[in-house]
Amino acid sequence: MQKNKVTCILCPRGCTIEKKTQGDTFEFSGFGCKRGLEWAKEEFTNPKRILTTTVHVKSGEIEFVPVRTNVPIPKEKIFEAISILKGIEVLAPVEIGSVIVKNILDTGADVVATRRVGKKDSSDD
Amino acid sequence: MEKYKVVVIGSGPAGLAAALESFKNLDDKKVLIIERDKFLGGILNQCIHPGFGLHYFKEELTGPEYAHRFIEQVIESQIEYLTETHVIDITPEKEIVAVNKKGLKRIKADSIVLAMGCRERTRGAIITPGTRPAGIFTAGQAQRFINIEGYRIGKKAIIVGSGDIGLIMARRLTLEGIEVKAVVEIMPYSTGLRRNIVQCLDDFGIPLLLSHKLVKIHGRYRVEGVTIAKVDFKLKEIPSTERFIECDTVLFSVGLIPENELSKKAGIVLDMRTGGPVVDNTFSTSQKGIFACGNVLHVHDLVDNVTLEAQTAGRYAAMYSQYPELFENNIYINIVAKEGIKYVVPQKLNKTFVQPFVLRFRVDNFYKDAVVTISNAGKVLIKIKKSILTPGEMESIEISQKILSQLDFSNDIVVSLQNI
Ligand SMILES: Cc1cc2nc3c(=O)[nH]c(=O)nc-3n(C[C@H](O)[C@H](O)[C@H](O)COP(=O)(O)OP(=O)(O)OC[C@H]3O[C@@H](n4cnc5c(N)ncnc54)[C@H](O)[C@@H]3O)c2cc1C
Ligand code: SF4
Repeated sequence: MQKNKVTCILCPRGCTIEKKTQGDTFEFSGFGCKRGLEWAKEEFTNPKRILTTTVHVKSGEIEFVPVRTNVPIPKEKIFEAISILKGIEVLAPVEIGSVIVKNILDTGADVVATRRVGKKDSSDD
Repeated sequence: MEKYKVVVIGSGPAGLAAALESFKNLDDKKVLIIERDKFLGGILNQCIHPGFGLHYFKEELTGPEYAHRFIEQVIESQIEYLTETHVIDITPEKEIVAVNKKGLKRIKADSIVLAMGCRERTRGAIITPGTRPAGIFTAGQAQRFINIEGYRIGKKAIIVGSGDIGLIMARRLTLEGIEVKAVVEIMPYSTGLRRNIVQCLDDFGIPLLLSHKLVKIHGRYRVEGVTIAKVDFKLKEIPSTERFIECDTVLFSVGLIPENELSKKAGIVLDMRTGGPVVDNTFSTSQKGIFACGNVLHVHDLVDNVTLEAQTAGRYAAMYSQYPELFENNIYINIVAKEGIKYVVPQKLNKTFVQPFVLRFRVDNFYKDAVVTISNAGKVLIKIKKSILTPGEMESIEISQKILSQLDFSNDIVVSLQNI
């Protein structure tokens, strides 16, 4: 979806920044500062987000381990990445920071565990 | 009976930071953390989204990552902790009664830090008519089911309330393949952070219906839909604006309340406005030697502030357990919230500990171009201009040594807000 308006999220002012196309060039308006302008340019051309979700763990003290991409990935790849992660199962123990999927969808981002999951203790219950 | 210098109840970010700080400040390092859940970390374990630690660590962490940094230190310092242990009573004499699989346990503490966090308001709290089918959750409960237990809680959902938790759950449900039909907010504004509105709703095209109210829940065994309606500026339903939305799941995200059953049992004076104990700048409650911090004291939006506050509470709790005489015969001056300010924490300044501290407060409405002043004996001590103030964001002001030295101790400190 091609948007021509975004709300800046960098500070509480929340400027609405507009993009106007004039031939081959763009003009931006509404930004309150330069930092916001830079952010908006990126948001218009290549919006990226950190993805967080959970992945199945086998024989762990909990059944799901929370994970994240270590760097933001393109927004349009989020659902595809989620469906890959849904099909994965890792074996406990999992260390915080261990790589679950390397370079997911060629985005350059690794999916890493955000919590340590120990092995299930059989004397548990 | 087992004896400890400091016992911390709750192991969320508040409990962990308070325990660590007490530990550092004690000679006889007898510190105990008691947690009813299976793991340390509190609510952070289920908050798997990023947004934690930007101020404290200057990095954007997820909840479990933020908690991990403190849990590691607790383990390294060999601070004692009990999990799956529920505190059911505390007395003014600082005796703690807890229960776990092994039975009842009594513990004597020289000082106690309350860090039990908060609980969610439910459907009942906003009086929602309709049937009582399956498929109705509070947002945090749904978050736990999805992120920790891994359940699929429904297919089509409505979220009531647009604070940060509601917004974050809208995104989480969407990623889980659950269609979020709308987020319904009774106020004409959302109290959620803008970045959450952008990244949790706008990103996925989820409508935010401001000035809308949930009128009724339908369904016999499972939720079949809800009726919503527009409201006027008095928040009253506007006739003939009702609309039916088909869904099988309703999430309520309508506010948090400090968890203070234990505080009441210990006879601690509560502040009606925060819902938590009244404390002074040492985070001491009205019961000597019992301190409070984190969401049990007042509901925070940023975990970073919880950590900072809890460190102070932990430090004074350690001091109390070693030198209780310092806390005898304390005299206070009140810190009072006036026009435009909903509440302040701490509510009192202890004259024995006139040391710099951070005053935290919330405003009672949306304000543009306003001035917050702190005055004492008719004299303005601090004046801060703010271009935007919202009830959703907690504000902080440092009370420095310089300000403290100008105080007239026979008068209140007054915090108020003026439009400009
Ligand atoms: C859904 C959600 C999303 C959030 N998102 C963000 C965010 O993006 N960024 C951010 O900075 N902050 C966020 N926060 C806020 C932040 O997580 C909280 O402010 C912080 O976790 C509060 O810490 P706490 O230690 O006071 O409470 P908690 O983390 O709630 O810990 C309290 C602990 O006490 C235990 N306990 C309670 N009663 C007893 C008892 N009787 N006996 C034994 N143990 C007991 C509980 O089991 C719990 O573990 C969010 C909060 C929620 C609920
Ligand atoms: S553009 Fe600048 S001033 Fe406006 S919201 Fe963004 S960071 Fe704030």
